[in-house]
Amino acid sequence: MQLNNFFKFNGGVQPEENKTLSTGLPIARLPIPKKLILPLRQHVGQVAKLKVKPGDQVLKGQMIAEADGSVSAAIHAPTSGKVIKISQEIIPHPSGLPDFCITIEPDFKDTWIEKKPILWKKIDRTQLIEAFIKSGIVGLGGAVFPAHMKLRIRQTQPISTLVINAAECEPFITCDDILMRERADEIIQGALITQTILGAKKCVVGIENNKIEAYEALKKAAQETSIEIRVVPTLYPSGDAKRLIYLLMGIETPNDKRSTDLGIQVFNVATVAAIYRYLELGEPSISRIVTITGAVKTPQNFEVLFGTPLSDLIDAAGGSLTKQKKFIMGGPMMGFDLPSIDVPVTKAMNCVIESSPELFPAPKPVMPCIRCARCADACPVNLQPQELYWFSKSSQLEKAREYNLFDCIECGCCSYVCPSNIPLVQFYRYAKSEIIAQDKSKEAANTARERNEFRLARIEREKKERAERHAQKALGAQDKEGQDEKKSTIAAAMERVKQNQQENIKN
Amino acid sequence: MENRSPYIVNAPSISIIMLKVLLALIPGIILYVYVFGLGVIINILLASITVVLTESAILTIRKLPIKPFILDGSGLVAAWLLALSIPSIAPWWIIVLGTILCIIFGKHLYGGLGYNLFNPAMVGYAILLISFPSIMTHWQTPSNLMIVDASWLDQIKVIFNSNLLSKKTLDAMTSATPLDYIKTQLSLNQPLAMIQHDKIFGFVSGRGLELINLGYLAGGLYMLKEKIISWHLPVAFLTTLFFSAWLFNFFAPDTFASPLFHVMSGGSILCAFFIITDPVSGPTTPRGKIYFGTAIALLVLIIRLFGGYPEGIAFAVLLLNICVPLIDSLTQPRIFGHR
Repeated sequence: MQLNNFFKFNGGVQPEENKTLSTGLPIARLPIPKKLILPLRQHVGQVAKLKVKPGDQVLKGQMIAEADGSVSAAIHAPTSGKVIKISQEIIPHPSGLPDFCITIEPDFKDTWIEKKPILWKKIDRTQLIEAFIKSGIVGLGGAVFPAHMKLRIRQTQPISTLVINAAECEPFITCDDILMRERADEIIQGALITQTILGAKKCVVGIENNKIEAYEALKKAAQETSIEIRVVPTLYPSGDAKRLIYLLMGIETPNDKRSTDLGIQVFNVATVAAIYRYLELGEPSISRIVTITGAVKTPQNFEVLFGTPLSDLIDAAGGSLTKQKKFIMGGPMMGFDLPSIDVPVTKAMNCVIESSPELFPAPKPVMPCIRCARCADACPVNLQPQELYWFSKSSQLEKAREYNLFDCIECGCCSYVCPSNIPLVQFYRYAKSEIIAQDKSKEAANTARERNEFRLARIEREKKERAERHAQKALGAQDKEGQDEKKSTIAAAMERVKQNQQENIKN
Repeated sequence: MENRSPYIVNAPSISIIMLKVLLALIPGIILYVYVFGLGVIINILLASITVVLTESAILTIRKLPIKPFILDGSGLVAAWLLALSIPSIAPWWIIVLGTILCIIFGKHLYGGLGYNLFNPAMVGYAILLISFPSIMTHWQTPSNLMIVDASWLDQIKVIFNSNLLSKKTLDAMTSATPLDYIKTQLSLNQPLAMIQHDKIFGFVSGRGLELINLGYLAGGLYMLKEKIISWHLPVAFLTTLFFSAWLFNFFAPDTFASPLFHVMSGGSILCAFFIITDPVSGPTTPRGKIYFGTAIALLVLIIRLFGGYPEGIAFAVLLLNICVPLIDSLTQPRIFGHR
C-alpha cells in the first residue's frame, strides 16, 4: 500500500490507533430490541416534524417524522411496531439534556413498507432533491448534515470534485473501515451515483494508510470506474474535511468559505453507501454501523437500528468489563461522556468506547503553561494555542477572537501534546461560547436600543400629531364660532324681516 | 455532563523536559572538570542546594504546593546555567547569592514557573556582574596552563576561603578569558595576530574553553534530536554571530577576531542551545524565534567588540526578553485558510 503524493498540513498527531481491537470480527446484526427510542433531532438544523401519534401502527421504513424546512431530515421507523409514546428522553448529546423522542414497541415481524427504488437517472433534479428530503440520510461521519442539502447544485459554482472521506482518523473507531472491507461495492456504487448527481468531473477517495484491507477492497470494487483511491498518511486529524481536501489536492479552503465554494464536495463512505441503498433499493436511513470497543468483552462492529438502547449494544458486545460503566461516544480525541447507558443509538453515533482507567487515565494535575509551543507545532490549523489559552483564561475575549479562536476545530491535538496537562480545548469551548453569548446579548441590546429609539420616536410623533390635531380642532372651533355668528346675524335679520312682515300684516 | 476530550495525552512532563536539559549539560560539565578542575562541581552543588531551599521557602510563603514545583526541575536548570556562567573559582557566596537573586527576582516575583518575563539565570548573572565585576571577570586558568601546581583541594579552598592559599597559587589560578584578553590588549594597541599568540589561545578560541563548548554543542544536538528545543533559535543565533563576525573580520582582520573564534568563545554555544531556548521568556512563533536569535547574536557581537564588557550574552538576552511580546504579536504565522 503505497502512499500517494500528498500535501502535508501543519502539525497533526499520531496517537496509538487501537483499531485492531474491533476489526477482528465481521459486522454483526444486532437483534431487534424491545423498544426503540428515536429522537426527533438527530441532524443539524430544524427538529423533524411529527407524523405519527401514540397508538399508531408503523411499518419498517415508514416515515414517522418529516423534514421541517430545508435544513432538516426525516426520521423513519427502523422496524414495524406500535408507537407507544412521544416524550422527552435522555439523548446522546454532550449537554446530557433530554429531548423529544418517539418510542416504538416493535412487533418483531419486521414488515417493510413497500420499498420504492428511485429511478434517479430518469427523474429531474428537483424531484430527486424532493426524494432525498424524504430519505432521512445525513452525514454519517459524525457531522449529521442533511444529505439533500449537500446534493443541491448552485448555478454559480458547479461541483468539480467529489471527495469521499475514508480517512477515519480517530483512534478506536473502525465502523467505516469495516464497512469498506465488507461493502466496498455499495460505497463505490454510491460514490458513482453521488458523482453523477453532483455532475462532478472527478471522484477521489481519501483513505489513511493504516487500512490496508479496506483499501484493497475499495481498489477492487473501483477497478472499472474512474474513481481514484488515494492513500494519505495516518495523521490525525486527516479526516477533517478541510484537512483531507488539503492532503489530497493541496487546496486550502479559505476560512470564510466552504469547500463547495471551490467546487469540492465531501461525503463520508457510510453516507454514500446509504445513498446507494436509498436510491437503488428504496431503503431509507434506518440503521448504521456502530463500533463498540474499549473495555467491553468483545469489541466489534454492529449494524444497529436507530433508536436501539445503548445497553442492548453493550450486551451484544459481551457486556462491560469495568465497575465504573463509563461510555464515550465518538473517538478519544473529540468524543464525549455519555450521560447514561439508556441513550439510544442515533445517526451521529459512529463509535462507543467503554472507558477504563487503563485506557483513559484520569487527567494529571495541571501545571502552568511554559510556552513551549508544542501545541502550536501540533495545531493542524496553524493557530497559536498558547496565546489563545492566555486570552481565554484571562477572559480577553476580543483578543482571542482576533487571534482567530473561531478557526479552531477542537480536534484536541494541542491538549494531546501539552506537557503541562492543560485542558486547552475546554478553554477554547468556554471562550467560544462566551463570545457567542456576548454577541447575542450585544445584538439583543442593540435590538432593544433600536426598539426604544423607535418607541421614543413614535411617542414624539404621536405627541406632535396630537398637538397638530388639537391645533386643527382649535382652528375648527374658531371657524364654527365664526359660522355661528354669521348664522345668528342671518337669524336676527330673518327675525327682523319676519317682525317687519308681521308688522306689515298688522298694519 | 462534561466534555473533557481529548481523553488521551502523549506528552513528556515538564520534569522530563527539564531533566533532559540537565542531561544535555553533562558532557559540557565533564569537559569543564577535565579542563578546569572540580570547582564547577562545587558551584553546581551549591547552586542546586540553594535553589531547592529558596524555592521551598518562597513556595511556602506563596502558599503553593512545594513538591510539584520543585520536581518540575525548572529551578535546577536555571541554577545549573548560572553555575556554569560564573568563574568556578569565585567564592562560594557568589553562586549562593546569585542563585537566590535569580530565583526570587528572576522567577517568583513574576509569578513563578511559566510567568517570568526574563531568563532567570541571566537575571542572576547580570546582577552579579554589575555588583561584583572584579570577581565575575577573574576566570580560572586551565589546569594544563598552571605554572604552579594547584591540587583539587586548592580549588575547594579558593571557593570557601581563599586566605588558605598563597598569593602565588592564587595568581596562578586566575587568568583572563580570551575575549577579555583581546579586549584589554587591543586597547593597548597590540595587533590581533600577536595577541592571539598568547598561550591561553587554542585552535580557534580559548584553550580548553573550545573543548567545553564542543561538549555543550553535543548536548545541544541531543536536545534537538529529543525535540526539547526547536532548531530556529540556535541556528539563527549561531549563523548570525558567525556571519556578522566574519564581516568585521573580513574588513579589519587586525582588529576583529575570526568568526569561528566568536562562535566558540565565551558562552556562545551555551547561549545558543541552553539560554535563549528558555521557552518561558522567549518567543513562541517560528519566525519570532529566528528574529530573537538573530537580534541577540548581533547585540552579543556589538557588546563584545565595542562594549564595556568582554561578554554580552546576559545583557543581550535580557534586552530581547523585553521585546518578546512584541516579536510574538508581529510574527503570527499564517493560519490555515487565511490569506
